[in-house]
Amino acid sequence: MPDLSAHPQALLALEDGNVFFGRAFGSTKDAAGELCFNTSMTGYQEICTDPSYRGQIVTLTYPLINNYGVSTIDMESVQPWLSGLVVREVCSHPSNWRATSELDEFLKQHNIPGVYGLDTRAITRHLRTFGFKRAVLAVAPPGILTEEAHDSFLWASGRAAGMEAFANECIARAKRVTPLSDHNVVGEVSVNTGTYTAHVPWQPWAPPPQHAARKRIVLVDTGAKHNIAHSLTSRGAEVIWAPYGSRSEAIRDLEPDGIVVCNGPGDPDVDAVAATVETTAALMKRYPMLGICLGHQIIALAAGARTSRLKFGHRGANHPVQDLASGKAHITTQNHGFQVDAGSIPTNSGFRVSHVSLNDGSVEGLRHQDLPVFSVQYHPEACPGPQDNQYVFDEFLKQLA
Amino acid sequence: MNSKPAKVLIVGSGPIIIGQAAEFDYAGTQACKAMREEGVTSILVNSNPATIMTDEDIADVVYIEPLTVPVIERIIARERPDGLIPTLGGQTGLNLAVALAEAGVLEKYAVRLLGTPLSAIQKAEDRELFRQTMTQIGEPIPASRTVHSVPEAEAFVAEIGLPVVIRPAYTLGGTGGGIAHSTDELRTVVASGLAASPIGQVLVEEYLLGWKEIEYEVMRDSADNCITVCNMENFDPMGVHTGDSIVVAPSQTLSDREYQMLRTASLNIIRSLGIEGGCNVQLALDPHSFAYRVIEVNPRVSRSSALASKATGYPIARMAAKIAIGRTLDELPNPITERTTAAFEPALDYVVVKIPRWPFDKFPSGDRVLGTQMKSTGEVMAIDRTLEAALQKAVRGLEIGDRSLMWENEQWQNDPAAIWQHITEASDERLWAVMSALRRGTSVEEISQRSHIDPFFVQKLANVRDMEQRLLSETLTPGLLWEAKRLGFADSQIGNLADVLPARVREMRKQWGIVPVYKMVDTCAAEFEAQTPYFYSTYEIENDAPSLTAERAAVVGSGPIRIGQGIEFDYCSVHAAWALASAGVQSIMVNSNPETVSTDYDTSDRLYFEPLDTESVLNVLDNEGVPPTIVQFGGQTAINLAEPLTLENVALAGSGVAAIDLAEDRRKFEAFLDRLGIPQPPGAAVTNVDDALSIASNIGYPVLVRPSYVLGGRAMEIVNAADDLKRYVANAVQLSTRHPVLIDKYLQGKEVEVDAICDGKSVLIPGIMEHIERAGVHSGDSFAVYPPRDLHIHLEQTIVDYTTRICLELGVLGLVNIQYVIFQDEVFVLEVNPRSSRTVPFLSKVTDVPMVRLATLAMLGKSLEEMGYAGGLRPKQPLVAVKAPVFSMAKLRGVETSVGPEMKSTGEVMGVDVTFEAALYKAMVASGLSMEAGSTLLLSISDADKDAIRPIVRQLAAAGYKFMATEGTAVMLESMGIPVRMISKRLQGTPNVVSVIQDGEVQAVINTLTGGRAVLQDGFFIRRAAVERQIPCLTSLDTSRALATALSLRQDAYQVRPLWAYRDQG
Repeated sequence: MPDLSAHPQALLALEDGNVFFGRAFGSTKDAAGELCFNTSMTGYQEICTDPSYRGQIVTLTYPLINNYGVSTIDMESVQPWLSGLVVREVCSHPSNWRATSELDEFLKQHNIPGVYGLDTRAITRHLRTFGFKRAVLAVAPPGILTEEAHDSFLWASGRAAGMEAFANECIARAKRVTPLSDHNVVGEVSVNTGTYTAHVPWQPWAPPPQHAARKRIVLVDTGAKHNIAHSLTSRGAEVIWAPYGSRSEAIRDLEPDGIVVCNGPGDPDVDAVAATVETTAALMKRYPMLGICLGHQIIALAAGARTSRLKFGHRGANHPVQDLASGKAHITTQNHGFQVDAGSIPTNSGFRVSHVSLNDGSVEGLRHQDLPVFSVQYHPEACPGPQDNQYVFDEFLKQLA
Repeated sequence: MNSKPAKVLIVGSGPIIIGQAAEFDYAGTQACKAMREEGVTSILVNSNPATIMTDEDIADVVYIEPLTVPVIERIIARERPDGLIPTLGGQTGLNLAVALAEAGVLEKYAVRLLGTPLSAIQKAEDRELFRQTMTQIGEPIPASRTVHSVPEAEAFVAEIGLPVVIRPAYTLGGTGGGIAHSTDELRTVVASGLAASPIGQVLVEEYLLGWKEIEYEVMRDSADNCITVCNMENFDPMGVHTGDSIVVAPSQTLSDREYQMLRTASLNIIRSLGIEGGCNVQLALDPHSFAYRVIEVNPRVSRSSALASKATGYPIARMAAKIAIGRTLDELPNPITERTTAAFEPALDYVVVKIPRWPFDKFPSGDRVLGTQMKSTGEVMAIDRTLEAALQKAVRGLEIGDRSLMWENEQWQNDPAAIWQHITEASDERLWAVMSALRRGTSVEEISQRSHIDPFFVQKLANVRDMEQRLLSETLTPGLLWEAKRLGFADSQIGNLADVLPARVREMRKQWGIVPVYKMVDTCAAEFEAQTPYFYSTYEIENDAPSLTAERAAVVGSGPIRIGQGIEFDYCSVHAAWALASAGVQSIMVNSNPETVSTDYDTSDRLYFEPLDTESVLNVLDNEGVPPTIVQFGGQTAINLAEPLTLENVALAGSGVAAIDLAEDRRKFEAFLDRLGIPQPPGAAVTNVDDALSIASNIGYPVLVRPSYVLGGRAMEIVNAADDLKRYVANAVQLSTRHPVLIDKYLQGKEVEVDAICDGKSVLIPGIMEHIERAGVHSGDSFAVYPPRDLHIHLEQTIVDYTTRICLELGVLGLVNIQYVIFQDEVFVLEVNPRSSRTVPFLSKVTDVPMVRLATLAMLGKSLEEMGYAGGLRPKQPLVAVKAPVFSMAKLRGVETSVGPEMKSTGEVMGVDVTFEAALYKAMVASGLSMEAGSTLLLSISDADKDAIRPIVRQLAAAGYKFMATEGTAVMLESMGIPVRMISKRLQGTPNVVSVIQDGEVQAVINTLTGGRAVLQDGFFIRRAAVERQIPCLTSLDTSRALATALSLRQDAYQVRPLWAYRDQG
């Protein structure tokens, strides 16, 4: 971004009083949310459009962003959902044959603010040490900028005189940000309806195995990434969306062969999602079911287990997960701030832990002993991230046969 | 999986050559450490003494022996290992393992091939098997055909069209390969490729012009767990060997879909091949679609895996070695975080740039165009949080003078076509040519279109140009300076552009508080707390590396491997760090070379991956509270920093600037030696042509001329006449304006070399080495023998006396290297280098004196006596060790191959045995100079050497060798009664002296120089033909005499023993 004048001074203020100074891109409106970080080195567009980031300000740890622009194909949902984006550098001249736009333009178009130029590693270290933080991302009103604030070093290093009042005001606002768990974030992102149709031939890799009979899968849309739907349709299944609050009868009426409870944002153990848990509890005795991410947590709650918050979450494309049945390690994409508590799974629920994280031992998968119901905390649909776990969809479809 | 082995043989990669450098010392050392951690006994064999892996405390048993099947078989018979790891010794180690398996040796002694099975190696290495495997799993490869002759190649090209790439089978660094744009080129390149391939097979394949070149480093264990450690994108698109490409990690222009598509392909490939360990997959990606091709797979650790290890912090070789003995990734801890497991993929939060280091500063006549044949001798890596900064730091790390991205070739001033030539053809100067074109207003698009370099990269260079323009035109404010530093501009560049003295820039910067912070390389983008003390500088807010607080000292490394400054200095730097640790002093390593052991994060207490320019090193020292700094072990790179660091009040540990300066300042040094009554060849330092001519006529020709302050004899020449001297001095002015040219009387006597350690009170001389070639051949290119063969006791005493007095009077603290020439029974001092030399590892090993440790501890104030060593010459060991130079001339078209005062070798080997003949024979075998009995030699001997060659020819004839010779030489042989076939000159029809070489009719060449420098004489073509045919070519009578001696030995009359057993034989 060579022309700095077009990018006003902006800052990121944390509830604990830490402030990081950068420049605004995307929309110049302010953002508020919970600050997290993602360590994927590619896939910023998929991250932006992942509904699971609703209510969050996302820091990307890889410093060079927008290198390959934005493409109409790499959308994981209809729009970006995150509250704000924090990066080290936004590439001024993206280069890729598929680029139809670029990140600054894309975020402007969707009215989402970003900030760049700040020390994203310092932010990450801070969150790793002290846990997730509420934060405010705000553009400094031109009127309050002192002369020193126009010097990029004095601004970036927080040494520009006269900016304390503004910074303090933003810190105060950060302290007042509504906690994620008090939002109905799932309700905001559950927007898909009808039958899913892939609109573009977009997979560069070899076609997946086809499953003989055309099965009908209902996707409970708690904020689904489109590649979940696509991973199923590309295997020959029919995919129908059901809103997150659907009652079990409504889903039954769709005559599904199987049900997938999808990923989504926020805390699974809140009133707004209670109906989904209830529906899941009712349906999992009758239908083959797959839970992904939030869906996995919902299945756990439906089974009587508890969930809890992780200190700073798992967000990235390099998370090793061990399949306890085979002993094999898989590299997975993850994006979650909550986990299923292993000790809380009722023995009589029939569920057992099937996968664990090799990083921290947390639960990464559940499988029912008798019923064709299983769930994974990670993202088998990838996008972004390794394609290694697409077999989960094959396993699920096999259970419908 | 079979049970865990108890005893494992690890095969090293032999001498450093282009395409196979220090990365395999790093790999082998890691493997030995891994074996120790796993409780497995390691037996290591390598012919290269200048390696850490051949240290007796790294492997359990060390053999420094030639890497041949008969030798390894004897080692196996003696040691009876139950396993062999074939994938850690580069292509040499891999080929040897295959040969051992095919010769039935492994089966005979029940040695298991560990890790990657033979079938996987064959599937990856054999072009046809590889193609079949890829076709089976549906991975696309370029249209290609394996051919064994030129007509076969022509027939295939008739089907697919030109251009095509030619890749010889089983070669390293793409030797003998190339791109053919025309039928003529096709014939030439295929012929040379067939000659280069040990199995006479080349692959002709579709040339993917302009496609992106992407690499993945992949690991797989016996339980089929697969991960990718890192991917890398080449700045130079397809067509330039990846070893000669500027490489960026991770990939920059790939979207997630492309990244994952190629990652998935790489995992499919490693699975289908059945590799257990590490593997490198090279892919080509169409910049305009999802189309890709699998180009090549290396079923072993490689230069790229060393780079990936350093780029990510993930120790690939160490993990590959553990996988080889049956461990799985999920059970191995991640050594970086010590909490998570090895089954994960590193996440980077920085950008890494690698730039190759080419030898064209030493070989200006070499063909600089880059293609499929690798030409670089080494590489530098730099890390930062912007691509621009990583790139600019890497450029500084190259140490080509003080060349920054602002450098332009003078020729480009008035010749824009020359700029375009470097851009479109790709040469070592391409990066600077792109910058020059941008400065002249060429658009990013045009450069990208004509070079096929992705516009993303060209735009980054345009950003650098934009900042140059801002620095030229705007007032320097904290903001502008901060932005320039974040794009990697050095203080000196900023000073030049903003018209401020560089020292003033530094002052302003510090005043304003603009200082670098140091971020950690932790494999996980800060997600987890990591234990690695591995840092890089950047201009950001938070510092991950607060200063160490305990007693500490910094070691300045030696930067990229180049001719004259090789792996020996890395060996010394590593030992210096270990010595500090042994004394309870925390070691801080600064270096820029990703291939080496010194940049392994667990070699030192802290590793700073930085270029070795004054600014970068000073910044590191500032960050660490300016600890004492050791510049003695990092070759000329580190020595050059002595003065600027001292000026900035850095305390040097060891010999101070005064000693260094005295040794390098000709006039002062002469006065110094006069005072001690020690003779040196008459001569003087001059700064102009007139002085040079008058000095030379006073002392008499021939004279040896060289610029001061050089290592590796750069631009050193023996000059016989006034005209040559004029030309030399005129050219040398460009070489060094600060330092004069030295002119010495050239004494053609026996050269003797001494490395000594001085603690300020006494001087320890572990051993004396005698050169086999007379003075005039650079010491780095000489064969040398320990102990000296016929050095009279009074000369030995004189050498000890001179060495002792020079050290004490000069104020040496630590190591010194002194070269003497013995002329007419008198000892003359040739040069004194108050620093470690390239013979330190060799001497340390054969004498069992830990030279670097003693020197380092001496710098810390310990006396030799306290360490249990007396002054004077150590008693000789009961062994003979011969050091032989190794050249990489086959890779460098157009380069004169004859040895002389300027160093040309890239590496060395050691032959050690109980007799001189056997040690010499092994050195010859290990350096590739030996040949089978009954082979034919081509002789072309200058008149001056004809008398001296007679006994040599007689000896060779008696040993059963046959001869061809040029006319005069043939007449001489006939007069001696030795059968000879006379061969005509090059332009007198065929067969001639060149064609008999090309056609494989001779197996070695002895060609002594007729004098004069005309490269267009027959001799030049004979020598080039020989190196391209990869047969021995000797240009020195002394080396030829040694070869005759060695070849007269019965070919199995040598010992094969662990190193200690030679010393201990009694």
